[in-house]
Amino acid sequence: MGRALLLALGAVLLVGLILVPFYPHVIYPVFVMRVLCLALFACAFNILLGHTGILSFGHAAFFGSAAYFCGYMLKEQGLSPEIGLLTGVASAALMGAVFGALATRRSGIYLAMITLALSQLVYFLFLRLPWTHAEDGMQQIPRGVLLGVFDLRNDLTLYFVVMALTLAGLALVHRIVHSPFGEVLRAIREHEPRAKSLGFPVARYKILAFTLSAGLAGLAGSLKAIIYQVASLRDVHWSMSGDVILMTLLGGMNSVLGPALGAALISSLYHYFDALGGWVTIMVGGIFIGCVLLFRRGIVGELDAALAARRSAKVSHDEKDNENATN
Amino acid sequence: MIEIFGVPLVALTGQIMLGIVNGAFYAVLSLGLAIIFGIVKVVNFAHGAFFMMGAFLSFLLLDTLGVGYWGAIFIAPLIVGALGIVAERLLLRRIYGLDPIYGLLLTFGMVLVIEGGFTVAFGSSGQIYTAPDQLRGAVNLGFMFMPIYRLFVIGAAVAICVATWLVIERTSMGAKLRAATERPHLTQAFGINVPLLMTLTYGAGVALAALAGVLAAPIQNVSPSMGSELVVIVFAIVVIGGLGSVSGAAITGLMLGVIEGLTKVYYSEASTIIVFLIMAIVLLVRPAGLFGREEG
Repeated sequence: MGRALLLALGAVLLVGLILVPFYPHVIYPVFVMRVLCLALFACAFNILLGHTGILSFGHAAFFGSAAYFCGYMLKEQGLSPEIGLLTGVASAALMGAVFGALATRRSGIYLAMITLALSQLVYFLFLRLPWTHAEDGMQQIPRGVLLGVFDLRNDLTLYFVVMALTLAGLALVHRIVHSPFGEVLRAIREHEPRAKSLGFPVARYKILAFTLSAGLAGLAGSLKAIIYQVASLRDVHWSMSGDVILMTLLGGMNSVLGPALGAALISSLYHYFDALGGWVTIMVGGIFIGCVLLFRRGIVGELDAALAARRSAKVSHDEKDNENATN
Repeated sequence: MIEIFGVPLVALTGQIMLGIVNGAFYAVLSLGLAIIFGIVKVVNFAHGAFFMMGAFLSFLLLDTLGVGYWGAIFIAPLIVGALGIVAERLLLRRIYGLDPIYGLLLTFGMVLVIEGGFTVAFGSSGQIYTAPDQLRGAVNLGFMFMPIYRLFVIGAAVAICVATWLVIERTSMGAKLRAATERPHLTQAFGINVPLLMTLTYGAGVALAALAGVLAAPIQNVSPSMGSELVVIVFAIVVIGGLGSVSGAAITGLMLGVIEGLTKVYYSEASTIIVFLIMAIVLLVRPAGLFGREEG
């Protein structure tokens, strides 16, 4: 896609996001905050899937644990939101390092099954811990005042803080992916033995990728706990891991921001068709099957490919014209 | 009263027996997963969904057609096996040769469609299905009272595992299957219809899952989500045992059922996570799994 077009699109989106809280009857601001959180979650997840070639089926563990630990600091300890956010991110990153160290001992589908099993372990822990209130979940988590300045109990302040933090998170994902570190991750994805023979400590790179991805997923989870004032088992359940995979797959895993588009689409589906109950699950499953069978590159990937095809067709056309002119 | 490590013998043997029953389900399910993975190279996430369909079909057969347990135990696996064949032909066939990850994702999509469908049709709360008259009651084993139905489940599971093992190891069909698992192209060059073999294997594998579902119907709550909770545990078992060996998968399943039962006696808080903990330990000590070969 052309750089100018991309910048224009980004600017329009940014203006749109800034305008959202002033027109709550057009689009519900809490829903937009949810989309922002899930967009960050999906893009963080994609550091592993798209850029390292690792499918984690346990990312809900990072998202949900962060929500719980952030909620614990705010509600049980009565601490401020910045402590809650830091705790959420740190606990998720630590958990990511542990998951990574265990799961990267195998690869491919085994790795996927291991992360799924580990996340189920985490799920049962949160079901049992005394302060998580099992099936009821943690409710009425106080929002508090961020850094002693930003009063998150004010909806408008909350919206802009969430927007700033998720956009900063997305920028960080972008930075990681386009750094030399991200380049090494892609080398591992393309040809692991070669990356190893070039002297890169592949195992350590994978674990670091897990840690970063989990930490950023933790930021999304902590914000979710503050926005909804709830941390529940739904956030750590494997169906959440499935959702984030689908968002990434649908948006396009070979792009940086494709997963964000997928997150917007899938959460819209859940939001607007909520009343249909089981039918939503069927639709989500159908989209999953469709993505795997028909467009594995995702929406952004297919658009990119279509544009590239048009451009190359145009280029060869122009070349032909030039040849005709010289003749 | 006799006690072992402070636990009454009766309670201990009771939990071990329950553990064996659970282990029997783990064994039959991981066996099916291993067979399917061996030849089709797909980790069948939908295994639990087909298990659930087996249980639901036995309930529906009784509820709508009046077909009892002994009919259901044959009919339900046949129907589910046929559905599996259709799914293989329509969906799975298209992704052979791609990264196996896509097989996992595709079958996960199938889980959502199947579970969502059953939730729409029957609601998410469970149905009750009772064991046939011949298998009700309990017998006195001397050290404990054992419900006859649970004994029947253990016996049936062992029979299924042994029969499957015999088919794979001792028949010409099994020989073809093993050949196609090792060298699919070479096997095809010998004139064996490998694509057909793959279709039939998938059908047979999910029929086994459905059979386990019929066995589970009288002792579990028959609900749309009964399979997917189980399949996550079975995945951990498969990581512990390794997918490479069919008998290894069955033995690991049974063993972990017993360990789970023992955990319930001595430290019940950990009984839901013990399988996952063991998986983590096995990964640290022997990453390829207990029966596995070092591979991707």
